[in-house]
Amino acid sequence: MMREEIYGLLAEFDTPEELVRAARQAYSDGWRRMDCYTPYPVEEAIEAIGVRGNTVPLLTLVGGLLGGTVMFALEEWISTVAYPLNIAGRPLNSWPAFVVPAFEFTILWAGLSAAIGMIALNGLPALYHPLFNAPNFRAGASVDKFSLCLEAYDPKFDAVEARTYLESFKPISVVEVER
Amino acid sequence: MAVEDKFAVHSADQNQLIEPGLSLLSVTEKISRIVLTPQTPLGWFALLAVAGGGVVILLVAMLWLFLRGVGIWGVSMPVAWGFAIINFVWWIGIGHAGTLISAILLLFRQRWRTAIGRFAEAMTIFAVACAAIFPVIHLGRPWLAYWLFPIPLTMTVWPQFRSPLTWDVFAVLTYAIISVVFWYVGMLPDFGTLRDRTQSKFARYAYGLAALGWRGSARHWNRYETASLLLAGLATPLVLSVHTVISFDFAVALLPGWHSTIFPPYFVAGAIYSGMAMVLTLAIPLRKFFHLDDLVTLRHIDNMGKVMLAAGCIVAYGYAMEAFMSWYSANHLESFAFWNRAFGPMGWAYWILIVTNLAIPLTTLWSRKLRTNLAFMFVLSLVVNVGMWFERFVIVVTSLYRDFLPSSWGTYRATRWDYLTLLGTLALFTLLFLLFVRLLPMIPMHEIRAMLPRAKNSQTEEASG
Repeated sequence: MMREEIYGLLAEFDTPEELVRAARQAYSDGWRRMDCYTPYPVEEAIEAIGVRGNTVPLLTLVGGLLGGTVMFALEEWISTVAYPLNIAGRPLNSWPAFVVPAFEFTILWAGLSAAIGMIALNGLPALYHPLFNAPNFRAGASVDKFSLCLEAYDPKFDAVEARTYLESFKPISVVEVER
Repeated sequence: MAVEDKFAVHSADQNQLIEPGLSLLSVTEKISRIVLTPQTPLGWFALLAVAGGGVVILLVAMLWLFLRGVGIWGVSMPVAWGFAIINFVWWIGIGHAGTLISAILLLFRQRWRTAIGRFAEAMTIFAVACAAIFPVIHLGRPWLAYWLFPIPLTMTVWPQFRSPLTWDVFAVLTYAIISVVFWYVGMLPDFGTLRDRTQSKFARYAYGLAALGWRGSARHWNRYETASLLLAGLATPLVLSVHTVISFDFAVALLPGWHSTIFPPYFVAGAIYSGMAMVLTLAIPLRKFFHLDDLVTLRHIDNMGKVMLAAGCIVAYGYAMEAFMSWYSANHLESFAFWNRAFGPMGWAYWILIVTNLAIPLTTLWSRKLRTNLAFMFVLSLVVNVGMWFERFVIVVTSLYRDFLPSSWGTYRATRWDYLTLLGTLALFTLLFLLFVRLLPMIPMHEIRAMLPRAKNSQTEEASG
């Protein structure tokens, strides 16, 4: 089959150990365009396909600092410039009182950056994905099966050879995923 | 020898987080069936009808309030803060246990939190929703509630950022948003499971939209785990700050009985105390009706009892310090405030509080036998909820009704509208919770899967191998 017509080959395993073994082997054999699909986070599977760290913490830090700064600046501007209230001659720039809302906004923006950043970096929302075409993907990958997908974009990909390669890991099944 | 035997029995019966014999499939099946079954239990409809009736009462009470003004409540001078503030603080406090369980205990790697985390978070969100009603309807002109926010208005009026009441707006708003985000992110993979398992086309669309196309990719899990941990780390200082800020509403005022530095820690401990009680009130019937005893085990109930005991002891310390400082400060207004609180015309409320919050729970919770007795813990959780409501009543009312000048003393009497509004929010909370257990997965499936013995073994094997 042509590379344009299929998304990849999906091998399904019963246990996370088998999946991790296969993924590690495939990675060391030079496969790069591949992904593991597990019903719960399996750290070894993440490492096996060569994923190291991510940028969510950086986004969260930037979001938090930005939120705190924006709120603090807004409070300063409102209290000293836009709407100065003279209450018994107390100083207008009473910054310790402004720390509390600024703190809350630091948390708010950091939390929103973490959540929205995670979703966006994951390429979600993506309601359609070729993997959902695989007949057994929906039944297993979100419940109790552990799958490895070798994607057709990988320069090493050849539908016949890749199938033999995946079958050498003794999976339950190997299916072609239509695009 | 005897100790060892006792330990063995204990570990077989009570030390389990998950009963043996569950597999990835059976756990998924068990939790998703509650949501996906086409047969809704009749009891659910009955409860929904009762709760719906209560929500109608709330709407009527609010409508009458909007037509006639806050004069229909018992608030007057000198007690200008009545049920509305009591209920607000009580509801927010209840919410805090949800964040404690899902965020703080996550950071402390308390694995027992997993099974109860999701519905505790749901409890948080619904409790905050109930709480947020009160300050808004107490505004007098609730249609101007948007004045609380720093929005460029045509009159160029801005909020006063030196006031704890303004801080409250930001603390509660942030708490509500972050709780919803944390809850939703936690449910994302479970929505994927529900989308894949449902037979109904409508449910597949609905859960599919909610899942955003989640497919459990290792790259996704990598960012997901980081984001969950970060959200937990952010929610932890947040939850501590929220009740601290709420206690500032009182502590920053100069009124004897309010003006006290013990308030922030004592409010936070009280919040966790009442929230844990509410989690128990919900968890004990839920595990029975939905047959979740192998996921929410006696060990969970036991541990929640221990958290309540610890929080209750801090609350007791708070009461003791209040009494001690009223004497040690040598300030006659402070000592009068305490004397009046305990022995004045409204002293009955103080003694209800002492009995329900301290005397009953702090004598019984030491016993493991009682902590694992479901009927006892259920009743106790109700007792503590009542006690914590009275704590807020005592703080608000008994400090206000007799302040510095005897000529300005008064009294406080709640009206039927006060009671109906409180009842209405209880109904609203029940209604939201009923919808939650029917429509959303109340136990985090993906987290439970990761905790199953096989999954755990495989990870350790892989890690060592």
